[in-house]
Amino acid sequence: MTKLVEIRDLRVAFDGVPVLHGIDLDVAPGEALGLVGESGCGKSVTWLAALGLLPEKARVSGSVVLEHRTLSNAPRSELEQVRGGRIAMIFQDPSSALNPVIRIGRQICEALRLHRGLSGKPAQAEALRLMDMVGIPDPRRRFNLYPHEFSGGQCQRLMIAMALAGEPDLLIADEPTTALDATIQAQILDLLATLRRETGMATVFISHDLGAVAQVCERVCVMYAGRIVEAGPVAQLFEAPRHPYTRGLFDAIPRMDGPRTRLIPIDGTVPDPRALPAGCAFAPRCARAQVFCRTERPELLPQTDGRLLACAYPVPTAPAVPQRERVSQ
Amino acid sequence: MTPILEARDLVRIYETREGLFGKVTPVRAVDGVSLAVSPGETLGIVGESGSGKSTLGRMLLGVDPAQGGEVRFGGAPMPERRTPAWRALRARMQMVFQDPLSALDRRLTIADQIREPLDIHRVGTPEERASRVASLMRNVGLRPDQAGRYPHELSGGQRQRVVIARALATDPALLVCDEPVSALDVSIQAQVVNLLRDLQETTGLAMVFISHDLKVVRNLCDRVAVMYLGRIVEEGPAEALFARPQHPYTQALVSSVPVPGRPLDSRIILQGEPPNPAARPSGCAFHSRCPVAEPMCRGAVPGLRVTAPGRASACHLVAGAAPASAA
Repeated sequence: MTKLVEIRDLRVAFDGVPVLHGIDLDVAPGEALGLVGESGCGKSVTWLAALGLLPEKARVSGSVVLEHRTLSNAPRSELEQVRGGRIAMIFQDPSSALNPVIRIGRQICEALRLHRGLSGKPAQAEALRLMDMVGIPDPRRRFNLYPHEFSGGQCQRLMIAMALAGEPDLLIADEPTTALDATIQAQILDLLATLRRETGMATVFISHDLGAVAQVCERVCVMYAGRIVEAGPVAQLFEAPRHPYTRGLFDAIPRMDGPRTRLIPIDGTVPDPRALPAGCAFAPRCARAQVFCRTERPELLPQTDGRLLACAYPVPTAPAVPQRERVSQ
Repeated sequence: MTPILEARDLVRIYETREGLFGKVTPVRAVDGVSLAVSPGETLGIVGESGSGKSTLGRMLLGVDPAQGGEVRFGGAPMPERRTPAWRALRARMQMVFQDPLSALDRRLTIADQIREPLDIHRVGTPEERASRVASLMRNVGLRPDQAGRYPHELSGGQRQRVVIARALATDPALLVCDEPVSALDVSIQAQVVNLLRDLQETTGLAMVFISHDLKVVRNLCDRVAVMYLGRIVEEGPAEALFARPQHPYTQALVSSVPVPGRPLDSRIILQGEPPNPAARPSGCAFHSRCPVAEPMCRGAVPGLRVTAPGRASACHLVAGAAPASAA
């Protein structure tokens, strides 16, 4: 497999507290990769660290390679070429990522000037084309509006337009639909899938919403407490999750069909990064944990079916029918 | 059975000004909403931002005044806001919000906060209050050793348990929850949803559950009302409404829920966004985004009509039986 981005042993610590414990991750050209996990699991920090966007106090180690070009410890000027150019990022809250006092057209033109050297009429024409591409109705009339004159969903479309300005090879979308209403969320997911098909850029989709990830990604990594615990093709992971945490995430989601029964929560809470359990970080919340799990930490290892798994006592391979349904049958 | 809570033709109008000296435009945030909640029943209210669902929740408790219509609690009209009678009644109806941290006082221990409603409403002796706090904490799954903790020392899920325990302190007959689990992670969300389920069963509490998360609403609610731009557009039993939505808006809403294994292109993707409530479209407010709208939808406002036993829709194109008695 050719690799667009190769991350090896990426570690991050804030104030001496490690929050990311050695992430190995590859993104292939044109691939749609999902990163799933609960708050604090390190899914966003992974990419902020890879792009050198973390604050000074963060200690980052490991290597990040973008097509033979090492990004880790690269000088700022080189990173700035990559960010927005080769790799673009969009965030959960679009209205705070846009400059409130600059007209939207000018903001997109600025991105075009920085990353493609366009200015004047050609920049304006390209900005209008991008606004049209992300589904802003009547872009010519709205070119000179300010961000507050757009709705949340449209601000996210404008962010995507700015991200596309540098014709990136990789778009990192960090919870891009979390703050949006259900019907608007469906529109943005549809837009991201269409853009990937049309431009051939790779997408990393960071989300806590398993359903959304399943719809736009080909491959998924599940993260817990700063480590990847399971990774594989979407269909494989969703039909037969093997890590008890992945399985727990599925079981905890209420269903839109079938009987309305009690949910199956994951007991306890995510561990404090300052006091991680000795063995597997999930062991204290895991129903399948044995003595081994509390003392030894399982490595992320390839399985015979092609997935990666970090669990000593994984869920047996059976169809992913939630427990409550099996009982009722 | 007499409903514990009954609302008739509720109207709430906000005034917005365009610019500093612009003209004042009235915005009908809630526009003629009628509903009823029986004792022990949970009514779900779903809708997107700006649909008026949160405003409606506050009006049901009398926190926000209504410009039209009336709320009846336990068969009697709701007393005037901020009167002693209203304050006394507030012990019987409580509210839980989305963000537990801002609903809690950072300088008080959680035991003190749970006891506060008992102090305010002068319930029991100090010893009785202390034992009530201990049993409330136990009921919502908080450990006794957490009593002396402060809100910032707890996780998000635990804080929401504190808020729920405090809301339950005065043994209310009605709980209005506004997005109570939306800020929580999936695994913790399931814990709090189960807690609310247990409370339904053990206390016979009636609930109004306001949320944009259809999956949670389906799991927790007996009946559901769908709101669009200040009006109820569809109402019915939770399971039936989500299995066979009648109103085109409900159909799009249900179809927009991402379900693992269902491909993206099988979803109904609505064009555009909810219109500005200050510039409500004529006729059916949904016609500008509706995939099946006909010319008449632009002209006449559809009323909420009974379409099947226990179900009602406000759509010209859904076959109706007779106008709903409530509308």
